[in-house]
Amino acid sequence: MKLSRGEKLFGATNVVVLGAVALLCLYPFVYTLSISLSTAAEANRDGFHFFPRDISLVSYRMVLTNPNIVTGYMNTLLRTVLGTSLTLAATCIAAYPLSRREMPHRAMLTFLVVFTMLFSGGMVPAYLLVKNLGMINTVWALTVPGMITAFNVIIVKNFFQSLPESLVESARLDGAGEWTILFRLYLPLSKPVLATVALWTAVGHWNAWFDALLYITDDRKQVLQTFLQRIVIESSTQMMELGITDTSIVQFTSETIKAATIIVTILPIICVYPFVQKYFVKGIMLGGVKG
Amino acid sequence: MKAYKTPWWARRYRHAGLVSMALPVLVYIIIFHYVPMVGLVIAFKDYVMSDGVFGSAWVGWANFARLFGSNDFPVAIRNTLTISLLRLTFGFFAPVVLALLLNEVRQLGYKRSIQTLTYLPHFFSWVILGGIFLMIFGSGGPINGVVKLLGAKPVNFLSDDVWFITILVVTGIWQGAGWGAIIYLASLSGISPQLYEAATIDGANRWRQTLHITIPCLVPTMITLFILSLGGILTAGFDQIYNLYNPMVYDVADIVDTYVLRRMMGLDLSLATAAGMFKGVVGLVLVVGSNVAARKLSKGEQGVW
Repeated sequence: MKLSRGEKLFGATNVVVLGAVALLCLYPFVYTLSISLSTAAEANRDGFHFFPRDISLVSYRMVLTNPNIVTGYMNTLLRTVLGTSLTLAATCIAAYPLSRREMPHRAMLTFLVVFTMLFSGGMVPAYLLVKNLGMINTVWALTVPGMITAFNVIIVKNFFQSLPESLVESARLDGAGEWTILFRLYLPLSKPVLATVALWTAVGHWNAWFDALLYITDDRKQVLQTFLQRIVIESSTQMMELGITDTSIVQFTSETIKAATIIVTILPIICVYPFVQKYFVKGIMLGGVKG
Repeated sequence: MKAYKTPWWARRYRHAGLVSMALPVLVYIIIFHYVPMVGLVIAFKDYVMSDGVFGSAWVGWANFARLFGSNDFPVAIRNTLTISLLRLTFGFFAPVVLALLLNEVRQLGYKRSIQTLTYLPHFFSWVILGGIFLMIFGSGGPINGVVKLLGAKPVNFLSDDVWFITILVVTGIWQGAGWGAIIYLASLSGISPQLYEAATIDGANRWRQTLHITIPCLVPTMITLFILSLGGILTAGFDQIYNLYNPMVYDVADIVDTYVLRRMMGLDLSLATAAGMFKGVVGLVLVVGSNVAARKLSKGEQGVW
């Protein structure tokens, strides 16, 4: 294709602008990494901190030997693995009947699921439910209430419906029951959508903090995000309340330790991100604009 | 749909496999999604924990009267609306623009790398991002480094009302635009190349093609997303605000959700529920209402459902 001069100029500008946007998205993480690897004096230097000029690993040693961080890591890992498994299993079992045309009351059931996207009881009734079920301070409080979400059910249901009907009919002729069709036939064919749901759910669990704030009061059961919140945010807020602007005078939690805690928390996501990001994106396409 | 001649019980028996699969799911959804909706009755009661949800006394609309008669709830609503409208005004088109720009990049590898980086922030909680931005906008951070370099005194960005709201809106766009662009890029890839070929033959340049083909093709997606974001107008981004705010900006940053949480922690559960319910009902009415409006205006062609 032949391009006019204006189009060429636009193309070049566009490439530069988008490059700047991408760097802007990356910079806060680069800054945090750089601070986490700096000595206290280097971290206090004014500047952009693209890389540390004076390297120290002391803050990492302090973070990794902090018993709360270790406990939090284990608890977050537990909720992520358990929660993702529960969500995957339950979402498939919920989506399958809704994807079958012959399911009695299918439209009404679908409405019941979709309506949960539009309206919910809110914070207080949800809290009272979890409390009355005796789930406070257990991993179930963090995994069961969000197990089945309308969005996941709809995208898996849509995917199931895109599978050819003839598959089911021939399996039926061979005497396969519904569970066999779901597990032996549908699931192996649905790997892309299941990978997407699993990854979204896993990232969601890794990042989740609000449910832990409400439902977990015992520090031995607490998740990583809550400990991070205590270290990072509460110390900054305290400083602001006291009107302290010069970080070098009073050190509540030194910046390098905050940064190292953040890096330790996001590391698992950063490590898998390059490999799995195509699945993340695929889900949006699968979900489609119209559910 | 097939019409069944068999009686309902026989039909049910015929689909026993499907029904037995759906039943536990139905029970789950009723317990974890619909029971809490029933729990909203405590908005109309004077909830006392020892009496339970059903044992507590009815008070009619008294909690709502108390809510709107108070000083801080109307302020929370005003703050929520202000923040939401600023987000919509400055943030709604950001993903559209990003998608359009990405769509013009011809080097596919470059395009993919840029995209991967722009939606990176979407994968981290606001506990993490809040922590990072508290450092970046803090007194020792790089932004104040620039301020000092310019010879000015360091600015307390996070405890100044106007700066705080600005930071909310800007970091919100920073986090969401890349992810939001994906859906528009999907719509863009669905546009038939024939439209562009025909336009090229008619002598339209890239700019004209964007104006008359690309953008009109994105409008249905934009309407859908707009309707959905209207439903969240009383939400205003709780995670982000909770992890960035501090008592010095409560007067502009206290939103409905933070109000609910504070009342809940203060054990005024009936008032908290009433506030939450008000938010939920307004959201529902706005989504359903704007969907009806979109369908009417487009004669049934547009809308979420």
